[in-house]
Amino acid sequence: MQEIDLNIFRTAFFDEAMEHVANIESALLELESNSGDPELLNRIFRAAHSIKGGSGTFGLGDVTRFTHALESLLDPLRQGTLLFSEGIANLLFRATDVLEALLIAAKAGRASDPASESMLHDLEAALHSPGSLEPGEVAADSVAPSSAPGMREYRVMFAPHGDVFSQGMDPVLLVRNLAALGEVSRCEMQLEDIPSLRELDPERCYLRWSLQLRSERSEAELRDVFAFVEDGSRIEIEAAADAATEAIGTQIVLSMAPALPAMVARAAPAPTSVGREERTEGSKASTLRVSTDKLDRLVNLVGELVIAQSMITQALKDPSEGARVRLGEAAIEMDRNTRELQDLVMSVRMVPMGSVFNRFPRLARDLGAAHNKKIALIIEGQETEIDKGIIEQIADPLTHLIRNAIDHGLESPEQRLLAGKPETGTIHLAAFHQGGSVIIEVRDDGRGLNTERIRQKGLDLGLLRAGESYSEEQIHALIFEPGFSTAAVVSDLSGRGVGMDVVRSNIDALNGSLSLSSSPGQGTRVRLRLPLTLAILEGLSLRVGAHVFVLPLLSIHESFRPSASQLKSVFRRGEVVLVRGEPIPLVRLYEVLGLTPETTDPCRALVVIVETGATKLGLLVDELLGQGQVVVKSLETNYRKVIGVMGATILGDGQVALILDVEGLSRRALGSNRPPGGSGDDAASVPPHRSVRLLPKESPHGTEHRTS
Amino acid sequence: MSKTALVVDDSSSMRQMVAYTLAQAGFTVLEGGNGQEGLDKLAGQKVALIITDLNMPVMDGIEFIKQVRAKPPYKFTPVLMLTTETTDAKKQAGKAAGATGWLVKPFNPQNLLQVIAKVVP
Repeated sequence: MQEIDLNIFRTAFFDEAMEHVANIESALLELESNSGDPELLNRIFRAAHSIKGGSGTFGLGDVTRFTHALESLLDPLRQGTLLFSEGIANLLFRATDVLEALLIAAKAGRASDPASESMLHDLEAALHSPGSLEPGEVAADSVAPSSAPGMREYRVMFAPHGDVFSQGMDPVLLVRNLAALGEVSRCEMQLEDIPSLRELDPERCYLRWSLQLRSERSEAELRDVFAFVEDGSRIEIEAAADAATEAIGTQIVLSMAPALPAMVARAAPAPTSVGREERTEGSKASTLRVSTDKLDRLVNLVGELVIAQSMITQALKDPSEGARVRLGEAAIEMDRNTRELQDLVMSVRMVPMGSVFNRFPRLARDLGAAHNKKIALIIEGQETEIDKGIIEQIADPLTHLIRNAIDHGLESPEQRLLAGKPETGTIHLAAFHQGGSVIIEVRDDGRGLNTERIRQKGLDLGLLRAGESYSEEQIHALIFEPGFSTAAVVSDLSGRGVGMDVVRSNIDALNGSLSLSSSPGQGTRVRLRLPLTLAILEGLSLRVGAHVFVLPLLSIHESFRPSASQLKSVFRRGEVVLVRGEPIPLVRLYEVLGLTPETTDPCRALVVIVETGATKLGLLVDELLGQGQVVVKSLETNYRKVIGVMGATILGDGQVALILDVEGLSRRALGSNRPPGGSGDDAASVPPHRSVRLLPKESPHGTEHRTS
Repeated sequence: MSKTALVVDDSSSMRQMVAYTLAQAGFTVLEGGNGQEGLDKLAGQKVALIITDLNMPVMDGIEFIKQVRAKPPYKFTPVLMLTTETTDAKKQAGKAAGATGWLVKPFNPQNLLQVIAKVVP
């Protein structure tokens, strides 16, 4: 547990640190042309400081010491007490490289490069005698004995002109040729100039390279590599006059990308731009990263679809018998392609649950510390994929649930020991696929819900009716009711009164369902069932009168034609249908929807048993038409919200069918299905939808009917 | 599969010298005596490199380069021009037409290959 925790943050730290290193580097580059700009120096300082802060947390002593030394040099620079010079710039560049090497080594768990020690020395020396860093002196000072005579360190910047490709020149080849002249210690391709795809001219070159290499060749010899592209290109070769290259522990792989398609080159690794992309991803949650591989497959599929479509068009023009056969084949082909395309497009929207789960170890740690509780958070199924739109909506409800489990579910270590439980409370967070949906479970081994107190509170609030019997499940479901403050009732802890009703409404909005089970002293389990995607729904189409409706398959239990003996009328509750002895409220869909049915006799129609939350309903319909996937179109955006209707879809024959929302339907139906005067005062004081969920399954009347 | 190169020069000795050097370096070589012949030899086939003289009868090097560049298969093909003069004006004219680089006559095989290495992977 502790290990998972640490690893998650370590990775995040290193990712961030690398981003900082990239920032330092780009700021240094800017500094060179914008000498001594205090804001740039501040940026560098801040980045170094952040790395230092993080490294301490993870016990990376080397990194801490190094960044500290870096800070000590940067501070007088930004204060203006030390003057920024070329020598210092070079030193900082080298220091950045060493820092990067240190981070890479630390991330891989390797011992750090001894080079960092000498670098530390240099940094300190610079601080105390800045003059010694002026170019020339440095070379004399720190020439490494291993360096071959005449070896020089070059920094090369190559920005080919945009038309380089149509000049028949491959800039990557030039970079390679240059690399062949010496030992490359750093080669970066800068992608900043690549415009958006819309503006991208695939025949233009938008790339820039910067290299650092050690070579015996003269500057002119290096420059000669670029002889053919000199005009119009930017080529800067600078001899760093510095042979202390041993200090640079990194060897960054040449990021060579195929020259022609600049788009492809974008996928090549370039440390600076990767960081930047991630940052924009963070700020704009609506973007999605898709692997080029998936995109390629998409393009291929669309291509096949176009072919199939043109086959159909062709075959339609041809009246011969053979054309009919081809038409059929093409249609089958198109069908297959469409299905594949649908799957693929859906998969593009799928992201692993881990992206939400990742934040919880930290939450658990912080809350545990705040409440003096020992908590082990076990996360399973991080790789489970779910629609990006759902992921964004699920984070808050999950946070509520975990917070609640910690605040109210888990006992203090002392209480746990007294109860004979391990001191450390465990919270399980798991996600997995089941059928066509994703299940997310939040389970704790705490004290469980206090059913008696919830019942009392329910009675006080008028959510329960005195004298009736309720199942535990129904009572527990109360904690998801609006205005039901859990803190005072469920636990003795002075909680924040986390709104569990918000959790329920969030899950409802996602067309998901929620169930809770709890046993005293053993713990509580909340189970969320969510659709894989919001865009497509597995549905059952059915007919009421002349109208077709779709029911989400997820909410359907079974369907059957009832016999007369299964139908009862229960006092105060209207019609019920008995399923294996269990009375389930019967809802005549035609009544709720105001339609003329084929028959009003349930024994000649069909009953579909649906479930929402803890409530079951039997819907009376004329006919079941079949099941299949339907594309959900929002009714709200095109019309307005209608209770009991989730959206609309277009059927194969072009007809529009409404998709029924079981939850809303049950509120609507049961609110009006009550026999007049049946529930008297209750009906006035309790909003109908609230009493709906609380209909007892095991009422004296029900039992009576069952035995009869 | 070896790479193919096209050498266009009205001087057959020069052409053969270049062709020989290229063949030694592993190229399959096509030859043309002027720009028009060069275009005919190409006939849409894939080549890795084109080397052309500038002063030629029927169709000169500049026109040849322009026409080659205008054909989609050769839009990005490296084209080297052989010149006796090293004046900037000539180089500019060649570049404007779409030449990738230049080669100064007289040349020795070694520097020919060096220059080729700059434009052919």
